[in-house]
Amino acid sequence: MATSFWNVAATFTFVKLLLIPSYHSTDFEVHRNWLAVTHSLPMNKWYYEKTSEWTLDYPPFFALFEFVLSHFARAFDPNMLIVKNLNYASPATVVFQRLSVIVTDFVYIFAVKEFCFHCLKPARRGSGSDVFTHPSFILAVLLMGNFGLLIVDHIHFQYNGFLFGVMLLSIVRIYQGRNLEGALYFATLLNFKHIYVYIAPAYFMYLLRNYCFKSSKKDGSVIWTSFSFLHFARLGTIVVLIFGLSFGPYISMGQLPQVLSRLFPFKRGLCHAYWAPNFWALYNVADKAASIKGLHSGFLSQSNHTNQASMTGGLVQEFQHAVLPSIAPVVTLILTVLSIIPAVVHHWRYPNGPRGFLRCLILCAFASFVFGWHVHEKAILMIIIPLSLLALEKKRDAQVFLVLSTTGHLSLFPLLFTQAETPIKICLMLMYTIYAFITVSGLFRIPSGRLRLPLLTKLESLYVIGLLALEIYCSLLHSVLGLQQFYPFIPLLLTSVYCAVGVIYCWLMFYWLTLTEKYVESNVKLE
Amino acid sequence: MEGGLMHLFLVVLGATLLRWCVSLNSYSGAQTPPVYGDYEAQRHWMEITYNLPITEWYVNTTNNDLLYWGLDYPPLTAYHSWLCGAVASVVNSTWVSLWDSRGTESYTHKLFMRSTVIVADLLVYIPAVIVYFTLTRKLTSTRDRLLTSLVVLLYPGIVLIDHGHFQYNCISLGFTLWAVIALEWGHDLLGSVAFCLALNYKQMELYHAMPFFCYLLGSSFRTKTENRFFKLAKIGLVVIMTFALCWLPFLYDKDLVLQLLQRLFPFARGIYEDKVANVWCSLAVVIKLKQLLSLDSVIRLCLCTTLAALLPSSLDLLLRPTVERLKLALVNSSLVFFLFSFQVHEKSILIATLPVCLLLHERPFECMWFLLVATLSMFPLLIKDGLVLPYIGTTLLFYTLMVSSLDMGPVAIYLPGSGTTESPSKQWTPSLKAVMFWSSMLGCVGLSVASLTIMPPTNLPDLFPVLISLYSCGHFLLFTIYFHWWQLSCDVEPSKSEVKSRTTQKSNTKKKRL
Repeated sequence: MATSFWNVAATFTFVKLLLIPSYHSTDFEVHRNWLAVTHSLPMNKWYYEKTSEWTLDYPPFFALFEFVLSHFARAFDPNMLIVKNLNYASPATVVFQRLSVIVTDFVYIFAVKEFCFHCLKPARRGSGSDVFTHPSFILAVLLMGNFGLLIVDHIHFQYNGFLFGVMLLSIVRIYQGRNLEGALYFATLLNFKHIYVYIAPAYFMYLLRNYCFKSSKKDGSVIWTSFSFLHFARLGTIVVLIFGLSFGPYISMGQLPQVLSRLFPFKRGLCHAYWAPNFWALYNVADKAASIKGLHSGFLSQSNHTNQASMTGGLVQEFQHAVLPSIAPVVTLILTVLSIIPAVVHHWRYPNGPRGFLRCLILCAFASFVFGWHVHEKAILMIIIPLSLLALEKKRDAQVFLVLSTTGHLSLFPLLFTQAETPIKICLMLMYTIYAFITVSGLFRIPSGRLRLPLLTKLESLYVIGLLALEIYCSLLHSVLGLQQFYPFIPLLLTSVYCAVGVIYCWLMFYWLTLTEKYVESNVKLE
Repeated sequence: MEGGLMHLFLVVLGATLLRWCVSLNSYSGAQTPPVYGDYEAQRHWMEITYNLPITEWYVNTTNNDLLYWGLDYPPLTAYHSWLCGAVASVVNSTWVSLWDSRGTESYTHKLFMRSTVIVADLLVYIPAVIVYFTLTRKLTSTRDRLLTSLVVLLYPGIVLIDHGHFQYNCISLGFTLWAVIALEWGHDLLGSVAFCLALNYKQMELYHAMPFFCYLLGSSFRTKTENRFFKLAKIGLVVIMTFALCWLPFLYDKDLVLQLLQRLFPFARGIYEDKVANVWCSLAVVIKLKQLLSLDSVIRLCLCTTLAALLPSSLDLLLRPTVERLKLALVNSSLVFFLFSFQVHEKSILIATLPVCLLLHERPFECMWFLLVATLSMFPLLIKDGLVLPYIGTTLLFYTLMVSSLDMGPVAIYLPGSGTTESPSKQWTPSLKAVMFWSSMLGCVGLSVASLTIMPPTNLPDLFPVLISLYSCGHFLLFTIYFHWWQLSCDVEPSKSEVKSRTTQKSNTKKKRL
């Protein structure tokens, strides 16, 4: 099995090599600029430098990460390290930056290996001699070949593989009962990219309930007297230590406010350029529909409407809703917190071991995606990847995984809009989805029935097949019908709205599955 | 196997994905006016065939300058160019406008050109490979069949030349493959038609002609169900008809036919182009034949040696015509042509790699070795085209998939990562094959790295291309001997017990790897 695992890893690594010449987004320039900033300026100027519009807005560890990378970059092309060389992309620069993503992905590959070999409890073992039906093999392919990760990291350009690797590693350590290591990795992860703070409640609750409180009653409720100050102190020390290492230098230089203002730019709008398929996409559409209706019946003036249309043009900006109340950041925060509470409370009451923790983590990610402020469509990966870990263990989770991964991945399609990359995204997406459906349903021995996909209900099958129809309309029929000129935003809007329905459905379904899960003592036992 | 159709779809998607990834890269003659490369040649043919009357296609006229990428492939290529040209004129007429479109290069035009190759590949070559391996009896499970097809479809050589460098080998090779499939099915007439189509798409398919001829002749003489001469006459008639149909627009004028033939076989071009891994080019390091002998005698020399070297495999096939031998004879014939014939391109090695791919499941290790060396032999060309990155990526990918999906026999334990459960004594007894393979691969890697990193001395600018072609030529000579030995020693019909033992062996190794 180890051989097969490394073969899979090698295969995907080589596929990534082949993607080097593909299109890269402005994120490529963002990271090149950070390389230049960290390499050519002293540390106390990193968070002040603003020659490029893509200023450093990740936490200090990521800046250090770029600083380390920049020393290798010099061997490829020293010109990429000059701050003033905006939009510099020589072939050597491209190769270096792409390779840096591919190489740092090995953190992810290592974490996947750890999970597949030590943590997976599949519903059914594969048939003895056959590597290809072995659950560890399937999960390895599903994780390393994740469509979203491949296109976001290796085409669009980001370092999510590395970051998810650290996240996965902390999950693995928690599965193994090595709670302190898990906390250490997660604290480190937070200092690489602060978006992971959304899943911090799950970590907090798990470590508090399972590490600081050492035992539970038979029905799962907490024994208050079992609280261990030693454990609490250990955890606290680790977290403080990591944050101290990361932010300490800036605190001592008195730059903390500046760093924080870079990390949390609340000037951005409610929705990202392309609407992520979340609650706000539905909200915006409802507002739009209401405003059109209002326009027809004369409630609204024309000027309001033109303002409205511009928000769908794809620019990051603040805008006013025409009919429904406009949303302030604090509203999204309140909604997010409110929707996380049941998950966290349930985890407190029924601490179902690491698997319960993972469910809580996924629910936190879901809540932040559905209600968060300025959510990127890429954030869906924060749900899909942890959910993959559950997909081979329980049938109902597998069902949610299949619907959500298909929906979420399709919602990433607008990210790659260049013609040359279109066949790549279509091939990769179809391959991933078909592979997921074949292998996951094969593992549960579920054949595809008439008029429905395996594991899915009729309605869900209809929805998933609807995604195909949606994509055909958006990428082909819309322009063939000549509507592109008049309604250029329709494809993006349809994609967001249709996918939002699926994402919210999966969220509610997964919530229900988690909340109806009762305390099972054996779950708490660690591997 | 359940959902076999979906698995098949996965294979097609995988093949398409790899091809499209390669096609993102540069192509032959990108941004190198005034001559450009094969990409411009193909585009120019679309321009010529779309705008000029058919009689002018192969003739030097005021509108058709044959010195600038004149059409020198058989009529099917010309028709295909016309079709692509017609589509191009609908999409963007400036791509094919006469004279003005020369040197057209743009983002969308590249997309268009690349898609024409993908479409041809999806229509001809990819289905042929899948059908071929689906029919293979020696592979027992659907999964093994599909996996083998996938590995063959990912073979870097053909993909890099067609979707990187820019050519349409997938069509001629695909038709040849369809011919083999038809013969395996017992449809000799259909097979003849398919091979004639291949020959009429690219004259280089002549490398494969002798085995087909010998097989059809030999099997006609052995037929018991019908009159031998009647069968032979039927095949002959079908061949003539196919050719006549392909050449129909040119047949009414004898001069035109002669002109066409002259375009197809330009003996004036010289014995070889660039650095080719064949015997004559390698000899040139020591003796310059070009200077010693006249052109005519060089041609005669090439002809004689080629024919002499062709004899053993052809005679063997003629006397014992089975499809199994046909495939081996195809390898041998194309290798002999590549090594000894006149006017050889480095890309012509692809003609030998096709039949080797068909034998991949029988002796995976030896075939993989040959296929890897064959890609190396084209490396200088790929460097020139800016295809180093996809060369590395596709080769490593191909190797990994080979090792993980096919049974590499006794040598498998020496391939990295495999055989961890083998007993240590077995692991460290180096078999001769393994040592040979790894030293050969070391040479390949060394030469590739050296030609990328080391500047050759100024008085020997072609040092590394020459070294690579010498190195590959040595391999090809040895492989020619090996494949001859294989052909001459193989049973007429593989016994059933052999098939059985192989499959059990296979499942054993799979178990071990777990």
